[in-house]
Amino acid sequence: MSKAILYDSTLCIGCKACEAACAERWGLPYNDTIAAEEHISAHKLTAVETHGDKFCRRLCMNCLQPACVSVCPVGALQKTALGPVTYDGDKCMGCRYCMQACPFQVPTYEWSSRLPKMRKCDFCSERQKAGKQTACAQACPVGATINGDRDELIQEAKRRLAEKPGQYYGKIYGIEEVGGTSVLYLSAVPFAQIGLRTNVPDEPLPETTWRVLELVPDIVSTGTILLGGIYWITNRREEVAKKEGRR
Amino acid sequence: MTRRFPKITVWRAIFAAILLSGLYATYLRVFYGLGGSTNLSDKFPWGLWIAFDVMCGVGLAAGGFTLVAMVHIFRIEKYKPILRPAILTAFLGYSLVVVGLLYDLGRPDRLWHPLVMWNPHSVMFEVAWCVTLYTTVLFLEFLPVVLEKFGLHKPLAWIHRISVPLMILGVLLSTLHQSSLGTLFLIVPEKLYPLWYSPILPLLFFVSAIAVGLAMTIFESWHSSRAFGRALELPLLMSMGRVLAVVLSVYLWIRFLDLSHRHVFALLAQNRIETWLFVLENLLLVVPMVLLYQRRVRSSPGFLYACAVMVVFGFIANRLNVGTTGLEAGSGTHYVPKWSEIAVTLSIVAAGFAFFRLIAQYFPIFEAHANGHAPANVEETEADPVEAA
Repeated sequence: MSKAILYDSTLCIGCKACEAACAERWGLPYNDTIAAEEHISAHKLTAVETHGDKFCRRLCMNCLQPACVSVCPVGALQKTALGPVTYDGDKCMGCRYCMQACPFQVPTYEWSSRLPKMRKCDFCSERQKAGKQTACAQACPVGATINGDRDELIQEAKRRLAEKPGQYYGKIYGIEEVGGTSVLYLSAVPFAQIGLRTNVPDEPLPETTWRVLELVPDIVSTGTILLGGIYWITNRREEVAKKEGRR
Repeated sequence: MTRRFPKITVWRAIFAAILLSGLYATYLRVFYGLGGSTNLSDKFPWGLWIAFDVMCGVGLAAGGFTLVAMVHIFRIEKYKPILRPAILTAFLGYSLVVVGLLYDLGRPDRLWHPLVMWNPHSVMFEVAWCVTLYTTVLFLEFLPVVLEKFGLHKPLAWIHRISVPLMILGVLLSTLHQSSLGTLFLIVPEKLYPLWYSPILPLLFFVSAIAVGLAMTIFESWHSSRAFGRALELPLLMSMGRVLAVVLSVYLWIRFLDLSHRHVFALLAQNRIETWLFVLENLLLVVPMVLLYQRRVRSSPGFLYACAVMVVFGFIANRLNVGTTGLEAGSGTHYVPKWSEIAVTLSIVAAGFAFFRLIAQYFPIFEAHANGHAPANVEETEADPVEAA
């Protein structure tokens, strides 16, 4: 059973308790200055953004088929069966392809460090493994962020949409986007208005590169026969030419 | 780019200035990290060092595999005299790509990680393997030059014995990673501007690499003929100009088909920076293509050189557009490289010119070498698998 987070923007009061809990869980500093930064960064792995009178919380979407996991040349990023996308900083060589590939621009980098690592929310992997809530869900005083089984949360979101259709923009963000994400959004307004990317394809992004990569064995084997064959033919021509004394 | 002209001091001064600025940029990179030496950001993680040093570096070195295929596999023997300079360019090019990577990677000390920690689903993993293997192949393809120079005949014979599979392997590896540099960007359909994002990016990258490989061969022949005061292989380069015209035509036609199938021509009517860069990049290929179909142009060394330069710049423009400018709007940010990024890049290019010159001076690279190091029949002794067998 894969875990997910349901974030209901209509319930969020912008108190940023999730930010503080997240910082504590990672052992990162948290103060008023950092609280005022409305974007995720290497020292702030979740951020509550203000869009007019609406709020939108950003964190790693922990996609079902993550682009970052597929592009990492050293396998430092892994999608766990439970849902979290985890990162092994000891493997990472810092190519930053995960950052380029992420459609949500989630991975951030320790730019000023001499031995930098990538930083991103990992869905409180060890807490979820122990059957506990993510730190942010536990901290949320109003239930805007809830953590649970993905299928159940989808049902819960649908129930809210059906119960109060006037309060919501009638869609759930995260069901179809890039093949589904482990963070689901509900909003009162179209998702673009609270800063979510609406131009992401529904197709899982790893497909786009795998379509080409899976041809590699075919190209190598066919190419070997073709080039070897051409060489064999042209070389034979040379041999004959030599024997006949034309050279 | 030092030459034996009165200008020599000017070139040397420029060369020294570039290297000094590169040295200071290196200090910044080592002690202040990527943040202190680049204008990269969380929203724009790849900049000039990837788009130029790696993507252009690998492409500009494509003459190596193109000529090996032409001379040794398709047996178009007349191109043999320019095979060695092309292999040398490729070997230097790939070595410098690795240097560029050492600057760009957050943890250059872990450059070797992809060789041990596998992820076959990653294009970057495939590129890492291909570049490693192909650099090794290029080293082995270039080794006979060194062995000849020092008269080491035993290892020479050994290399000749494996030369055929080696050459085929080299061509295959190049085909794979030249196209894979385009595949890298298939993962960002929502970020890369639609004039450049195409499902056939790998094919476009491969064909344009062949074109620029040929252009670079003309470019370096022209320069080395001036630097070493040897005669230009004009008839050879003329016929290479023909091949280049055809490859450019194929490339531009595929490009046209791609745009038309994706129905994105309307984008060209928009007055945006992307439109102008796209037009520029393609004009730099269309103009030399048209010119190279004229016999008058092909038979003039100056025009031929100008065409090659245009193709090289058109290629660089394309890679920079795909790797940086085409991603700006989609990433919601702007990127202008920091001076230190440019300084490192220029230093790497300058080092390439300097190493080429040094090696060409002391090793038998050109058939009719001005310094007379190489025996006249040097090419006869080069990999001839029939005799070796």
